[in-house]
Amino acid sequence: MEINDFFILMKGELFLAVMIFLLLFIKVGKGMQNASLLTLIQVLLFVNFLVSLTFNREGVLFGDMFITNSLVAFQKSILSLGTFLISLLSTDWLKKHSHLPEFFLLMFSSLLGMFFLISSGNLLMFYLSLELATIPVAALANFDLEKRKSSEAAMKLILSSAFSSGILLFGISLFYGATGTINFSQLPGHINASAMQILAFVFLASAFGFKLSAVPFHFWTADVYEGSPIAVTSFLSVISKGSMAFIFLTVLYKVFQPLSEVWYALLMILSLATMFIGNLFALRQQNIKRFLAFSSIAQVGFILMGMSSNADMGLASVVYFVLIYVFSNLAAFGVVSVISAHTGKEHINDYKGLYQTNPFLSWTLALALFSLAGIPPTAGFFGKLFLLAAGASKGHYWFVIFAALNLVISLYYYLNIVRVMFMDKSRHPIQSIKNNRAANFALGICLAGIVLIGLVSWFYEYIQTLM
Amino acid sequence: MNLTLLIIAPLITAVTMLLMRNAQQVKWTSLVGSAIQLVLAFALLFVFQNERSAGNTEQMLFQQNYTWFSAWNIHFHVGVDGISVAMILLTAFVVIAGVLVSWNVQKMVKEFYLMLILLSIGAYGFFLSLDLFLLFFFLEIAVLPKFLLIGIWGSGEKEYSANKLALMLMGGSALVLVGLLGVYFAGSERTFDLLKLSRLPIPQETQRLLFPLLFAGFGVFTALFPFHTWVPDGHSSAPTAGSMFLAGISMKLGGYGCLRVATYILPEGAKEYSTIIIALAAIAILYGAFATMMQKDLKYINAYSSVSHCGFVLLGIGMLTKTAITGAVIQMVSHGLMTALFFAVIGMIYDRTHTRSVKKLGGLLKVMPFITTIFFIVGLCSLGLPGFSGFVAEMTVFMGSWERPEIPYRVATIAACMSIVVTAVYILRAIGQTAMGPVTEERYMTLKDASWNEKLAAVILITGIVVIGVAPFWLNDLVAPGAHHIIEKISQLNN
Repeated sequence: MEINDFFILMKGELFLAVMIFLLLFIKVGKGMQNASLLTLIQVLLFVNFLVSLTFNREGVLFGDMFITNSLVAFQKSILSLGTFLISLLSTDWLKKHSHLPEFFLLMFSSLLGMFFLISSGNLLMFYLSLELATIPVAALANFDLEKRKSSEAAMKLILSSAFSSGILLFGISLFYGATGTINFSQLPGHINASAMQILAFVFLASAFGFKLSAVPFHFWTADVYEGSPIAVTSFLSVISKGSMAFIFLTVLYKVFQPLSEVWYALLMILSLATMFIGNLFALRQQNIKRFLAFSSIAQVGFILMGMSSNADMGLASVVYFVLIYVFSNLAAFGVVSVISAHTGKEHINDYKGLYQTNPFLSWTLALALFSLAGIPPTAGFFGKLFLLAAGASKGHYWFVIFAALNLVISLYYYLNIVRVMFMDKSRHPIQSIKNNRAANFALGICLAGIVLIGLVSWFYEYIQTLM
Repeated sequence: MNLTLLIIAPLITAVTMLLMRNAQQVKWTSLVGSAIQLVLAFALLFVFQNERSAGNTEQMLFQQNYTWFSAWNIHFHVGVDGISVAMILLTAFVVIAGVLVSWNVQKMVKEFYLMLILLSIGAYGFFLSLDLFLLFFFLEIAVLPKFLLIGIWGSGEKEYSANKLALMLMGGSALVLVGLLGVYFAGSERTFDLLKLSRLPIPQETQRLLFPLLFAGFGVFTALFPFHTWVPDGHSSAPTAGSMFLAGISMKLGGYGCLRVATYILPEGAKEYSTIIIALAAIAILYGAFATMMQKDLKYINAYSSVSHCGFVLLGIGMLTKTAITGAVIQMVSHGLMTALFFAVIGMIYDRTHTRSVKKLGGLLKVMPFITTIFFIVGLCSLGLPGFSGFVAEMTVFMGSWERPEIPYRVATIAACMSIVVTAVYILRAIGQTAMGPVTEERYMTLKDASWNEKLAAVILITGIVVIGVAPFWLNDLVAPGAHHIIEKISQLNN
């Protein structure tokens, strides 16, 4: 290993580590204004995104523990972009927050964990980075310091993730016992679908289910999403889920390829259960954060469906969908966060008549919801369609029929929000919000993403070349 | 001719509209835009006829094919045959008439016209597409504006109707989606290309499985019994232009899809299910007609009669003969024009009298002679009077149907014929009560007759109806070769 390799292959991780130290020093020293610190952090996050785009090389470090290639690099840049957008969208909330440096300290740590997570080439590395990615988020969930619900959310998150980590470790140790290795490149050769290995795989997959909030491991999701500050909720539902989907793809397609029969059936069941439960529960939600929580559970169902295809197109369509999901979901969370920061309102009925007072926010939220629902010409249409097509490639039509049925169910509640904003009238509508430039800029990026990523086929073709 | 112009023109109109500052500018932009659409549609008809008379017998003319998503073999592939040209003409007629009759919209004018234009983009794209992915893309684009049109600008139980319509249509398109994916993976080559798929051998088992999905999916759009329930609610709650677009364009998307996608790609499936289709169509025709008899509200009358009339489209398709399919297409065009005009007239009456109830109206001929005369014309067209398009269309369908000698087909044909009597009853009764007799309410005496925009809209649509009615053969000649291609494989199967 040359020292140059080290710097170039781990550039993203190193950059984040430096930023973490920088924030620590800023915290120890004093005197920086919140607003200017926030701007500095936003600029740094943008630089981080640029860093993730440039000088990408393939390579392996530390004896196969750390793997990077163009696909991993692309996935990291999606996560970096998402974090950058979140920092812009929550400007109003963060400006007033008394613990700004800590907030980003924790968020960067978690992002660093995710970077290592999707680069990991070894079950031990995988476990460690997963913990690094999760534990800071639990602290972040507590950042609405005055609210009891926020601490409750943090508690629920840390307990449930500790539990899932336990299960994960159990699965890993079983695998180690059965195969004698924890290395991703050596594992496939030792897998023979014995009962013990299948058991171990089920444990492993349950842990993934927990993190992805797939049904039946989803119970923590709604409470945590509702209690956490919106910036954290969006980080959890977009960035954290995205990274888990990426590593799940790698693990399934690269490591457990010999077990593909097993995980196809498993994914099919998980996927259908997740779609149905997510959708049916989303129908009844009145709090917009809980609503988005359940809708994002349903989205995971579609991601799992795409994964099940076990081919390049499954891989490409999942990465493509996550890219679209970042923009659509962040646009939705962005509008919710702006409104919540200015008025404190989070109930769906509070959005009545929003179009009369805030047309830009309403159109943004509407387009984001259309994209989540999969209505053209938004990118979500293409994302969903490719996931469905990948899922259909094995020829199980009933699987596709159920998924299509779920598209219709989900349309009902997405349109419900549109109806509330555009058609209902309210005596006390949310007053006209004068939004700050940073958040508007981020919403603009999200909108551009929602419109362009679908219609311009270059994005999908590019992802396809990374396979 | 460059077919993408038909998609780009409304797109430019929409973008220009976004830049406009006041309602007046928005209206004029959309009027100019829809006039350009009409000109383009006529230009297309003209060059298409020229090509054909010059001896170009290729199935699809003016094809353009660009790769879109190469990994999935998805193409931006457009092209037209006679059937598409007829549908595009219909769309252009209805769009300009819809824009004209909505001149008095007060609420959110820019958004309203934007929705109308968006819907037209969806419709043009749908009729032009030769790639199933593209077709599905445009089909879905055409759904959502309807939800907003009904929900925001509608009347009555508008939110319920908007939801019902959006969910049922999306349910239909979900079925279509499953069918499309099935077709994509079933053939020996993975392609969405309509022309290629029609030549690929698709196993009979698969056809048997996929045909009902595709046909029922598109059938939801065109009020296939028992999926017609969105029609009355949707139409009655929609604003005037919304109803016109719904019945005039949107329901035709379904008929066109049944024909172009389901029947064309899956001929063996079509053959197998044809008795079920005609049974459902006959039920829709009779049920629609009898249900109309019971209606008191003018919009409900036209909505249920649309169910009945669209039944003829499905009947024609289900018969699987060249004449019947030609008749089905002519019926789509005719019904599109006629029903758009019908809803326009109802809108005009409602705007003035603020009621749509047949019982409360009366003697309108004395106060609004122009509007009432249009009402007469459209009513007579609806009941199939010779000289109007309705007669030509239904006659062609019946003639085509009579070519099938088997018992079930005969029964369905006779049942469908009987509906004409019922149609005459409800149309004449509705017209008689509203137009004739003494003026029922004092306030009606001061009502004004049609304004310039309403007159223009009516004249445009009536021109279409009468031209088809008086000189039907050009339309027949335009459509028949297209129908021949669709039926080709099925007639080979029969021999």
